[in-house]
Amino acid sequence: MMNMAMVTNIVIAGVGGQGVILASDLLSEAAFIAGLDVKKAEVHGMSQRGGSVNSDIRFGQQVWSPMIPDGTADFLLVLEPTQGDPNRHRLSPSGTEIVPAVMDGVQLPHPRTLNVAMLGVLSRHLDLPMDVWTAAMNALIPARILDMNHTAFATGRSIGERTSGHA
Amino acid sequence: MTDNPLERLLLTGNEALAHAARKAGIRLGSGYPGTPSTEVLQTLDAIGGKAQWSPNEKVAMEVAIGVAFAGARALVTMKHVGLNVAADPLFTVAETGVDGALVVLVADDPGMASSQNEQDSRRYAVAAGIPLIEPSDSQETYDFFGHAVAISERWGIPVLFRMTTRVSHSKSIVRAGALVCEPPRKPSFRRDIPGRVMIPAYARPAHRRLRQKLEQIAAWNESGPLNKILPGTSETGIVAAGIAMMHAREAAPDAPLFKVGMSHPLPVEAIRSFAAPLKRCVVIEEGDPIMVDTCRAAGLTVEGKPEPFRFGELNVNRVLRILNHDTSPETAPPPGRPPQLCPGCPHRTVFEILHKLDCIVSGDIGCYTLGVLPPFQAMDTCVCMGASIGVGLGLRHALPPEQARRVVSVIGDSTFVHSGITGIAEMLYNPPETGHVVLILDNHTTAMTGLQDHPGTGRTLDGEPAHTLFFEDMLRGMGVPDIQVLDAQADPTVFEKLLTERLQRGTLSVIITRKPCLLAARKQRQADPGG
Ligand SMILES: Cc1ncc(C[n+]2csc(CCOP(=O)(O)OP(=O)(O)O)c2C)c(N)n1
Ligand code: SF4
Repeated sequence: MMNMAMVTNIVIAGVGGQGVILASDLLSEAAFIAGLDVKKAEVHGMSQRGGSVNSDIRFGQQVWSPMIPDGTADFLLVLEPTQGDPNRHRLSPSGTEIVPAVMDGVQLPHPRTLNVAMLGVLSRHLDLPMDVWTAAMNALIPARILDMNHTAFATGRSIGERTSGHA
Repeated sequence: MTDNPLERLLLTGNEALAHAARKAGIRLGSGYPGTPSTEVLQTLDAIGGKAQWSPNEKVAMEVAIGVAFAGARALVTMKHVGLNVAADPLFTVAETGVDGALVVLVADDPGMASSQNEQDSRRYAVAAGIPLIEPSDSQETYDFFGHAVAISERWGIPVLFRMTTRVSHSKSIVRAGALVCEPPRKPSFRRDIPGRVMIPAYARPAHRRLRQKLEQIAAWNESGPLNKILPGTSETGIVAAGIAMMHAREAAPDAPLFKVGMSHPLPVEAIRSFAAPLKRCVVIEEGDPIMVDTCRAAGLTVEGKPEPFRFGELNVNRVLRILNHDTSPETAPPPGRPPQLCPGCPHRTVFEILHKLDCIVSGDIGCYTLGVLPPFQAMDTCVCMGASIGVGLGLRHALPPEQARRVVSVIGDSTFVHSGITGIAEMLYNPPETGHVVLILDNHTTAMTGLQDHPGTGRTLDGEPAHTLFFEDMLRGMGVPDIQVLDAQADPTVFEKLLTERLQRGTLSVIITRKPCLLAARKQRQADPGG
């Protein structure tokens, strides 16, 4: 578990249509609800056509730049296998990469909930209590698909429990 | 947090601006979509303000000027290149001044995440002689907007509010408190012929009035509330504005930092006193060396950044390099996956056929610009919105006839309304000897920037039904001799035959290929499930 006096840096990488932005909104909202300073930056505008999309999320006592300096990300959350390579330089030497293969063979309520399930995996590595995640999901996810996303998050979180040993 | 008197929000810069605009009582937000500015008006509408898309930025600016002439508060939004389109009214409204407030949001895109050039719009403030405000995060965007309104009303001058991709699209925390501006006045017409009718006799004194206002604003800004010194212990100090200030503070937390909030007129005397005790003072700014040149012209000894840092965005590591005089080659980040036309996009058929027929394609800006990439590679020029028609005509005028006959101008529907109509007037007025073919790719939306409506879609910004501009009726009224409408995706062979035949014919033809963008059609079905 990291020290919350420092800034935690997380890069989420995927392609347009995978819900990178929703995942990063949920993560920053969770940190925001926890009362931390939060910044999040991404480049979007052409995402509807399958191009790379990534988002930087930083939280802690005080965050200055919204962009994570290369080589300092604590976590790289990769939603699409091809997007690990172009983003690995963002990761700190002691950082953790979480790849979509962790979900292999895991039953998700819907393939589109991979983003939220992966966030569940990540959540095990972070010092944010479960209630802020629940509140973030309730605040940002439409009612129609909320239950399915809570399930996906819980599924990911239970996997995170098994993999968080090396964080 | 409920125990806090101020609402705590997590907002993008664009959202923060919209919240401030609502709070300030902006009567109308007008604009034309453009990354990274687009969400400002969409958010303003969503939170209950009044916002409208105009056909282009020039019209949006003119509407805003009218609102401000009426004594009300106006916001007009655009991306950096949009300000080129709106520059004509901007330069003169600087001289007429306004009764209400006129805040011009321009969103620059250093690094060109989604743009055709990397211009630094701060130069417009200098050229037009208007104040320039640059926030560095969402909180400042919110607070500074109140100052922009107050300054605009106090001096009766338009204010340029400049954001960049990382301010517009980054989220940070905002406490949405009271703004410094007074409550808005009631709009009312005040006749002021010499002040607002810019014939030379009235314009000469207007220019002098503008420079006097600017002098007063410069004096005010020397100790004004928009600039701030963040203390530090090191002997190297930094002067920075906008997002660069955030990178600088992170890169050098011990360096005293002069944080500029209003960068034109630059508070040069305040910077002079800041720099005086320092061993070294470095100006960190993204883009062109504007603040640093102004400081130097005033006789200050300040350092700028080496030339390579003019290009692209700054970040913490690049600021460290500037501070360390490190100009060793930077490693380019590994390329990501480029965007592509969606599978099944109606533009695909058109570019397959343009490629097959080996047309010389005078292109334009929109999703369809991706027709330049493999497998199509069917675009030969793309300069700015609307240029496809004029550039295509110029090619036709100059090329040998066998090449000229292959030239096609290709333009999207939103772009056609934005600035293609005058191109058609030119084509009819000065027809090339080989004739010309214009292809309008009508997908019923402004897809590129996220599916906005425009005067041809029959819906306003808030999704309400509106008058629809019918292109074929308009073209017929203008006198275009040959207008064809079809769905190229449904009938590719018909389209291919038609295009081949019209290119050989040597007359003036406009072919409208009409098929809704897949994503726009889906969005429309969701908004209107009964229809
Ligand atoms: C002056 C200017 N304003 C705005 C933009 C941003 N922009 C690029 S293309 C475009 C419109 C695209 O719509 P359309 O022509 O209908 O093509 P589509 O994307 O739907 O294929 C806009 C608003 C720009 N590049 N230049
Ligand atoms: S968003 Fe619409 S116009 Fe753009 S590529 Fe996709 S289908 Fe085509």
